[in-house]
Amino acid sequence: METYSLLRGFADSWMLVVMTLFFVGVVFWAWRPRSRKHHEDAANAIFRHETKPADDDPESSSEEARK
Amino acid sequence: MWDYVKLVALGVIALCAAIAANYARDLAYLVNAVTVMLVAGGLFLWQVRRVGDEIRPKPALQTEYMDGVIRYGVVATAFWGVVGFLVAVFIAFQLAFPVLNFEWAQGYLNFGRLRPLHTSAVIFAFGGNALIATSFYVVQRTSAARLWGGNLAWFVFWGYNLFIVLAASGYLLGATQSKEYAEPEWYLDWWLTIVWVCYLAVFLGTIIKRKEPHIYVANWFYLAFIVTVAMLHIFNNLSVPVSFFGSKSVQVFSGVQDAMVQWWYGHNAVGFFLTAGFLGMMYYFVPKQAERPVYSYKLSIVHFWALIFLYIWAGPHHLHYTALPTWTSTLGMVFSIMLWMPSWGGMINGLMTLSGAWDKLRTDPIIRMMVVSIGFYGMSTFEGPMMSIKAVNSLSHYTDWTIGHVHSGALGWNGMITFGALYFLTPKLWNKERLYSLSLVSWHFWLATIGIVLYASSMWVSGIMEGLMWREVDANGFLVNAFADTVAAKFPMNVVRGLGGVLYLVGALIMCYNMWKTVTSAPARVVRATAVPAE
Repeated sequence: METYSLLRGFADSWMLVVMTLFFVGVVFWAWRPRSRKHHEDAANAIFRHETKPADDDPESSSEEARK
Repeated sequence: MWDYVKLVALGVIALCAAIAANYARDLAYLVNAVTVMLVAGGLFLWQVRRVGDEIRPKPALQTEYMDGVIRYGVVATAFWGVVGFLVAVFIAFQLAFPVLNFEWAQGYLNFGRLRPLHTSAVIFAFGGNALIATSFYVVQRTSAARLWGGNLAWFVFWGYNLFIVLAASGYLLGATQSKEYAEPEWYLDWWLTIVWVCYLAVFLGTIIKRKEPHIYVANWFYLAFIVTVAMLHIFNNLSVPVSFFGSKSVQVFSGVQDAMVQWWYGHNAVGFFLTAGFLGMMYYFVPKQAERPVYSYKLSIVHFWALIFLYIWAGPHHLHYTALPTWTSTLGMVFSIMLWMPSWGGMINGLMTLSGAWDKLRTDPIIRMMVVSIGFYGMSTFEGPMMSIKAVNSLSHYTDWTIGHVHSGALGWNGMITFGALYFLTPKLWNKERLYSLSLVSWHFWLATIGIVLYASSMWVSGIMEGLMWREVDANGFLVNAFADTVAAKFPMNVVRGLGGVLYLVGALIMCYNMWKTVTSAPARVVRATAVPAE
């Protein structure tokens, strides 16, 4: 079989299935149980460390995170 | 040691550029080579004067953000914006009044030479600098880490702007590979590839050394923009130079394959440069300005992956009814229509971020700008899929409707969100309490909005009229109108479009004045030494 037909056949069968499953997986992953806390934490990242990077010391950076 | 390596490299580059200029086969290549020679020579002299200085700049503090390069990026964005809008207004009036294609400047300042200068200036110079500057700002703040790679970020900034200057001067002198939005010739493509890989390294390096557990969603969008643009750029610019001493090159693909690669590039330049990158801006600056987190983080994740999966297939809708196979253009159309979903999901996510803070629309013109920007994002991502439907496209293609669509996206969505980001960044970066004047922001807002409305509505009328005139046949099946008839009929709409551009340009000039006054005379931010009590 020539390369084109081979790749074309692969693209609209297995590859399509893989990509669709990946996408469906992303949706389920986003709505997985107990993800709310992680997402809230991520969404609020923009309000931490506005003026300077986090210290290497984990104590003080979590201090700032609470503010 | 490092200083000497840099000196040798700069010297060799200046020498090679001088040799290239000597053997140059065309004017554009000659001017570009001389420009490179002067820049490398100037940097060489600057470097020579610093060699052996005892006072070396102290090693960059990891406890501070790298904001110098962002300040330069903000200034460059405003500067290139005004340049791009100025050229825009001029060429808009060239279309209305052809006499502005001056006889003495034929071959340099006529519409055909200036038009790529305009598109590259607004998309790549204004938009590109905005994306680089804001991505550097956002990735540092959301990773809680200083930019990776030290002075590499400066190389990215200056290298990118050198690319723009070389490309722009080349266009005027006739160096173009005639691919829309990918006009720069082979040597500039190579240079941009180097700069872009460094950009990716800085961005990714910062994400890798982040102190936050999550990679904030804005960074996902910026990263998709950087990676995809690299891929698109390389494949669409596969060309063989005719000579190493000339600007002309020949594409590797030909015919319909070349057309398909070009519009695969072209539409994804819209999808990943003008959409994904600017969505990165939206997901940071809108929540920051509204002072509340994004409406739904889950929706933003799905928005991201849906956009990435769908956009890449939409290109063939630029080639309906051409030599392209029907199944390919149908595929492009179907994926364009599916794009409605993630686009509107993203728009809803952006707008709903303001839920509970809608009162800010009354008091904060910056938020107003951002909301109008998201509104135009929704409008142009509705209009685009509609125009990709074959039946609609047969009317709209090659007419002013397409130009109106592009501008409602570019002026409305990209322009307004960038202005919002610039107004947000200027006081922060120059350590000021606030902007110089909010009423000037309001002026900018209204001038820009009215300008866009004038532009888009005149192009709708003009485009649909054009499409209908082109397909009008009489009882015997003969075409009724000559092409020149449509040109004559478009005159009033072309004038209105030019006036819309004038309003938009005036708005941008007001913004520049406001930014300048903010930096020079707004009150400095007071650093509170004592802890602020929790409310």
